[in-house]
Amino acid sequence: MIKVEGIHKSFGKVHAVRGVSFNAPDGKITGLLGPNGAGKSTTLRVLYTVLKPDAGSAHIDGVDVVSEALRARRRIGALPHGSGLYPHLTARENIAYFAHLCGLDRSEVDERVDEIIKLLEIEDFAERRTKGFSQGQRTKVSLARALVHDPQNVLLDEPSNGLDVMATRSLRRLILKLKDSGRCVLFSSHVMQEVAALCDNICIIANGQVAIDDSIDGIRKRTGCDDLEDAFVHAIRMVGNE
Amino acid sequence: MRTVFIVFVKEVLDNLRDRRTLGTALIMGPIFGPVLFAFVINLSLERSLEDAERTLELPVIGRELAPNLVLYLKSQNIDAVDGPADRAAAINAVKTGEHDVVLLIPDTFGKQLADTVPATIELVSDQADTDADRIARRTHRALQAYNRELAALRLYARGVSPTVLRPLNIDEVDVSTPSGRSAMLLGMMSYFFIFATLMGGMYLAIDATAGERERGSLEPLLSLPVTRDQLILGKIGATCIFMALSLALSLVSFHIALKFMPLEQLGMTPNFGPGVVLVAFLLFAPFILLGAAVMTLVASFTKSYREAQTWLSVVLIAPTMPILIVSLLTLRPKMEFMFVPSLSQHLLLVDMVKNEPVNNLHVAISVASTLFFGALLTWICARLYRREGLLG
Repeated sequence: MIKVEGIHKSFGKVHAVRGVSFNAPDGKITGLLGPNGAGKSTTLRVLYTVLKPDAGSAHIDGVDVVSEALRARRRIGALPHGSGLYPHLTARENIAYFAHLCGLDRSEVDERVDEIIKLLEIEDFAERRTKGFSQGQRTKVSLARALVHDPQNVLLDEPSNGLDVMATRSLRRLILKLKDSGRCVLFSSHVMQEVAALCDNICIIANGQVAIDDSIDGIRKRTGCDDLEDAFVHAIRMVGNE
Repeated sequence: MRTVFIVFVKEVLDNLRDRRTLGTALIMGPIFGPVLFAFVINLSLERSLEDAERTLELPVIGRELAPNLVLYLKSQNIDAVDGPADRAAAINAVKTGEHDVVLLIPDTFGKQLADTVPATIELVSDQADTDADRIARRTHRALQAYNRELAALRLYARGVSPTVLRPLNIDEVDVSTPSGRSAMLLGMMSYFFIFATLMGGMYLAIDATAGERERGSLEPLLSLPVTRDQLILGKIGATCIFMALSLALSLVSFHIALKFMPLEQLGMTPNFGPGVVLVAFLLFAPFILLGAAVMTLVASFTKSYREAQTWLSVVLIAPTMPILIVSLLTLRPKMEFMFVPSLSQHLLLVDMVKNEPVNNLHVAISVASTLFFGALLTWICARLYRREGLLG
């Protein structure tokens, strides 16, 4: 469960995030939707604790991401935007490295890595060095790496970027699996259809602010647009006009 | 501690599989020094042998006027050959570099000699040209010897012992040992060791920040439940291991290479046996931590791998500066110098190679001071690894 309350973040003169608040409950998929540069990545970076908010607070399962960053990190699995792998290590070694760093016992690691390799269907290339992997293969391995310690909260920053249809489909299946097992899934995207197909709740961010935070039906109602794309545009305009 | 070890093991494994890292650590650093060194030694050897052994062809004007002189020169391995037409031509030939030295024997030579008045001969050379100057001095030495021989013969003819012309007998006692003479040339060894040490860890140091960032693996790494101190310590540790490996290989390759260099011909017997190699390794070991921390620190400020490479090549030169200054001023080891990393190692190594007693207090200061700076910079690295700007 993720709770975000009024976070602000500036980089020099750029005020990237201006008071974003939302909730992402367990067993639900929450989408952060917004145009490029809206502040989605910055918000997620605050949540997986590589950035500190200038103001406001965020909690992962009730753990403060600033004052108890290490404890918060234990409860999340993060897939940052454009995640890279270690090219000289095999897919399995990449995943195992993170498993070890997450504090899994040596005996546990092998078992858990096998499990996650199976879950993400990467058996075919698990023993190969990751140099020269396709974008789809890389994303799968990065995702496996993020999920290897079985985190309750999963943060995905534009996970479907650069994936082909098949890879996108298997990613969707996985996200739904995570939801069914009671995880809290938060993922960002700028693709309307993708968010609509998966999410229970959508938080539309534009210009560093939350335009609308609601279920899909709720968004349709509040914007008065039946078509989701229209609703998206409408919501973004609402913030822009302020 | 376990986390630091996990990071360390992964970095070592990762870099052992990287040909570029391995190449610089295991080949480039250790081989570069001995090869360059062998080149310099052979060059200076060739030049010094050249002087004594090679027959010098000396252009002489008026050769026929002094047959005895020509014969004497021949005994000194100097062949008199026909020179330019006249004095003006000779001066011109030396000026243009056509000849290095021309000996000019005037028509009056034979008569002056017979009259026992000083017989004038002229040696034309360009003293600003070091190469020509060497030849001129060699000719001059030969002429001086001929001069003394003639003087002695004249004194004998008058019943006087030639020793009256030598009121002083100057014996030069050279206290420099063969090992001592090596020190000058071998002084540059210490830089090769520092160079090899730094090269060994260069790519790992870049990888710790700029490399991870460029590859996109830094952000996932930082979102794990480990502290950044643990990450950076593991990475610096791995960097140190590669640097130590490179240093050890470079010492051993030097030890082997010296056996094949004809140093005895230059009057040098460097003291660089297995024992010295081992002590030298221990002496340079504290520099490893300092080098690793400096390189990691510099690389952490750069935006990309390429930029980091550029900056780190500057770091490779930095440790030479104190060595260069002290070498130019030919300063003797002093207590104060032992506080300066790279310089202290250099001075202590030179002492060892010269087979001179090494001051234990100096060693202690060198080790303590270098370790202190190393620890300080590692701490600064860790501080910088904590900042948000690290993500770029």
